[in-house]
Amino acid sequence: MSGLKPGEVNLGTSIMAVQFNGGVIIGADSRTTTGSYIANRVTDKLTEVHDTIYCCRSGSAADTQAVADIVHYYLQMYSVQNGRPTVKVAATLFQELCYQNKDNLSAGIIVAGWDKETGGTVWNIPLGGSLHRQPFAIGGSGSTYIYGYCDATYRDGMTQEQCIEFVKNSLALAMSRDGSSGGVIRMAIITEEGVKRIFIPGNELPVHWEG
Amino acid sequence: MTSRLPQAKGGFNFDNHVRNSAMDGKGLVLPKATKTGTTIVGLIYKDGIVLGADTRATAGPIVADKNCEKIHYLAPNMYCCGAGTAADTEMTTALISSQLELHRLSTGRQARVVTAMTLLKQMLFKYQGQIGAALILGGVDVNGPHLYTIYPHGSTDKLPYVTMGSGSLAAMSVFESRFVADMEREEAITLVKDAIEAGIFNDLGSGSNVDVVVITSENVEVLRNYARPNERGVKEASYKYRPGTTRVLKSSIRDLVTKETIQPTSLEAMDTS
Repeated sequence: MSGLKPGEVNLGTSIMAVQFNGGVIIGADSRTTTGSYIANRVTDKLTEVHDTIYCCRSGSAADTQAVADIVHYYLQMYSVQNGRPTVKVAATLFQELCYQNKDNLSAGIIVAGWDKETGGTVWNIPLGGSLHRQPFAIGGSGSTYIYGYCDATYRDGMTQEQCIEFVKNSLALAMSRDGSSGGVIRMAIITEEGVKRIFIPGNELPVHWEG
Repeated sequence: MTSRLPQAKGGFNFDNHVRNSAMDGKGLVLPKATKTGTTIVGLIYKDGIVLGADTRATAGPIVADKNCEKIHYLAPNMYCCGAGTAADTEMTTALISSQLELHRLSTGRQARVVTAMTLLKQMLFKYQGQIGAALILGGVDVNGPHLYTIYPHGSTDKLPYVTMGSGSLAAMSVFESRFVADMEREEAITLVKDAIEAGIFNDLGSGSNVDVVVITSENVEVLRNYARPNERGVKEASYKYRPGTTRVLKSSIRDLVTKETIQPTSLEAMDTS
């Protein structure tokens, strides 16, 4: 596995996805860094790969963009020949690319979306290129700070609104502790109806204990 | 490394890679490529895009060119500012410009900015950061104005105002304090000029003049040396020694050309029978 090359743009990130009955909520911070400089403070790390399938990107910006672009292209071709792809199909394509090229990539990707077969699903693909279906997933450098919070807070069968609050609070906590995460929170609700975007400005983030 | 096959003109050549790794292995100092320690910026205003660049090129501590051009032509509706290795930014933009021209000819349409961005990022990603080109791509197409930053490893960002190069921090501080959406033309050009001047004056890698390019859906204006904030001042007095300051004690002129006489000899006529 390779680390970041000198001068490479890093998505020192906090990303998250939660499954609920009827769809998924995905969320991310908005910080991209080159060393100690913030190259983009309003980045969109939630990337569309098909109508109702998104991915949350963490790791090298160049690597994750390249992988997402390739999967986007594959799914366009797939949908022409076979109709709408499932989230599992998308996640497997991501895994294939991440696993086969693991020596040259630093990419931690969460794939989430809605399909007719199984409804909302979340798939996590960490650095080595393994693939895990999870009811919720967190990723990026900021996620290490919120494993305990997420495990303590998550409940099976949360409503859409509860999931939104869960993602919002988790990301706010991660962003406040991780120097490589920050800016605004970008979220998306992916359901049968389509995708609805939520934007939370940096001055309206949930405030927890600040000391 | 040498080939009997005819060498293709243009493109990238990695012949020196083996030499460089051998030199590096022996702990020798490697030859440095000319880097454009640079300030380049771009912003979206009411009618389109304004791009800006300084004009200093450096080779280590030496100013290699005091008035170079860092805003490269890509297509009639697109220009690209380059920072990083000068040779790489020039070759990369020239190559993509050529591909866009062919794309335009085969589709019969004006190329889109995303197309140029995708070509650039896919090429830079392929070379895994070995091509040291950090670019600001700006242009106007059927979908309106677009502005991108492209990093050497192939990642891209789409933003309303951007800066790059060693002077990017100085320039960004100007943008962050004064940028507003939908500015007028003059206002936008002044902001770009001030951002570049912040780089010229506060960053050692940047200097000399300000180049500006304004792109709208109607036309493109290339304002070469839009501002010259480093004009050489007129000297107050002449510091030259007047002729005759040093007295001539004696002079002698020697002929350095050896005289030769050429004697034509009678040649026997060639047998042409």
